[in-house]
Amino acid sequence: MRSIMAQEFQESFFMSKKESELRSAFLEQVELIPGGHKIKQCIQCGTCTGSCPVSYAMDITPRRTIAMFRAGEIESILRSNTIWICASCYACTVRCPAGIKITDMMYAFKRLAMERSIYPRNLPVRALSSSFVSIVNKYGRNQEVNLLLRFGLKTNPTKLIAQAPLGWRLWSKGRVSLKTSKIKDRKQLSSIIRRVLSMRKTAHKPTIA
Amino acid sequence: MPYTYYPGCSLESTSRAYDESLKKVFDLLKLELHELTDWNCCGATMYMSIDGPLASTISARNLALAETLGNDVVAPCSSCFTILSKTHHLMKENAETRARIAEALAPEGLKYNLTLRIRHPLDVLVNDVGVELIRSQVKRDLSGLRIANYYGCQIVRPERGFDDQENPTTMDNLFQALGAVNVYFPMKVRCCGGMLMTTYQEVALKLVKDLLECAQENGAECIVTTCPLCQMNLEAYQGKVNVKFGTEFKMPVLFFTQLVGLALGVRPNELGFHRQLVPFEPRFMQALEA
Repeated sequence: MRSIMAQEFQESFFMSKKESELRSAFLEQVELIPGGHKIKQCIQCGTCTGSCPVSYAMDITPRRTIAMFRAGEIESILRSNTIWICASCYACTVRCPAGIKITDMMYAFKRLAMERSIYPRNLPVRALSSSFVSIVNKYGRNQEVNLLLRFGLKTNPTKLIAQAPLGWRLWSKGRVSLKTSKIKDRKQLSSIIRRVLSMRKTAHKPTIA
Repeated sequence: MPYTYYPGCSLESTSRAYDESLKKVFDLLKLELHELTDWNCCGATMYMSIDGPLASTISARNLALAETLGNDVVAPCSSCFTILSKTHHLMKENAETRARIAEALAPEGLKYNLTLRIRHPLDVLVNDVGVELIRSQVKRDLSGLRIANYYGCQIVRPERGFDDQENPTTMDNLFQALGAVNVYFPMKVRCCGGMLMTTYQEVALKLVKDLLECAQENGAECIVTTCPLCQMNLEAYQGKVNVKFGTEFKMPVLFFTQLVGLALGVRPNELGFHRQLVPFEPRFMQALEA
């Protein structure tokens, strides 16, 4: 069944099958965001880009991201560093005169990228996020040391050595916890997680493990 | 008045000073703080951004647990504060989300009925206790200490919270009443870079440098923060910023609760001042120790 959003955003004749498929998957995510439909109302004013503290480092600025989505270039968005450089500060979201939840749009693109494994080259964020998610799913809490170790080993182990002096300074101030912080009812948490994932399977939607 | 305390993961490790000083201040102001039993990670920006539906479900477990106690939830970490509020908001606005979460939680005997208020401790101090009452308990005037009030990005965004999204003043009013001087600090809600410090360090170092520069040029003796990640990025990475940009920053970065505690006469060591990487030794610290 095609969603209302997808119907409103008629796929154009020039769109590849892959693109229109990405588009309806993206719109499905957007529908879960309160006020998500406002993405239609972008006036391309560029307030988002001007407010973004990191737009200077992005391949595609926030304003252009919305323009490219409209033009049927979702795959290019997913291949850019843009959605991974967003630091979630919400400056764009609170200033957008059209009320578009731009930060949440970035999240929707991220989730789509992960579901389809479409990434830019050299992407450190995914390694950090997936380490974070697996620690939280297992223990119920984040463990900063464990997180940085896993991330370092996945990306660039030599950087771990470069981080050692800072780690030592924090340790000497009692700011590093080596105890394995975890919740008691981990069984409950994993049942909850399993249930959400199985709901997704029955809805025939792709999942991320 | 009793509150349910949701400390979040950072307050157990890198931000212990926040936890210690917050508990001290609440205790002195006769605010009861009961830690939520068996709370789990809120999901933070990282989990929320890559799997929103799953993140809001595990976040809702906390809300369901807290709701049985009935009290307002105090979340000192800006990220926890934002994510818990956001989960509440998502459930309120979207029937599909509400149904999915209810279905996932029900077999565990958990349910969230949307009755909680998620509060930041700054909001509690200023709006529940009141600046006047706090001032009446001051033991040590902050005697003209020049501070830059840094709110960070998430505490006043994205939903309308307890203060203005562009120019919040809650903390400025509080510290002015306690005798500090608020320096001009137009970057008060600018992003510190958050987790980019780990993933795109070049970008984050630039953001941190801009913030430190703004505070220093306007004559601040310290930066006061409301968020563990802001505190960490601004304090622990000053060395790297100095190397990269040829600067000489030595700016102490405090949690707002540490400074309130100091004004209320608590000894610095009980407020975690010994955990600072850039030591905070303003002129009145000696007088306080004496």
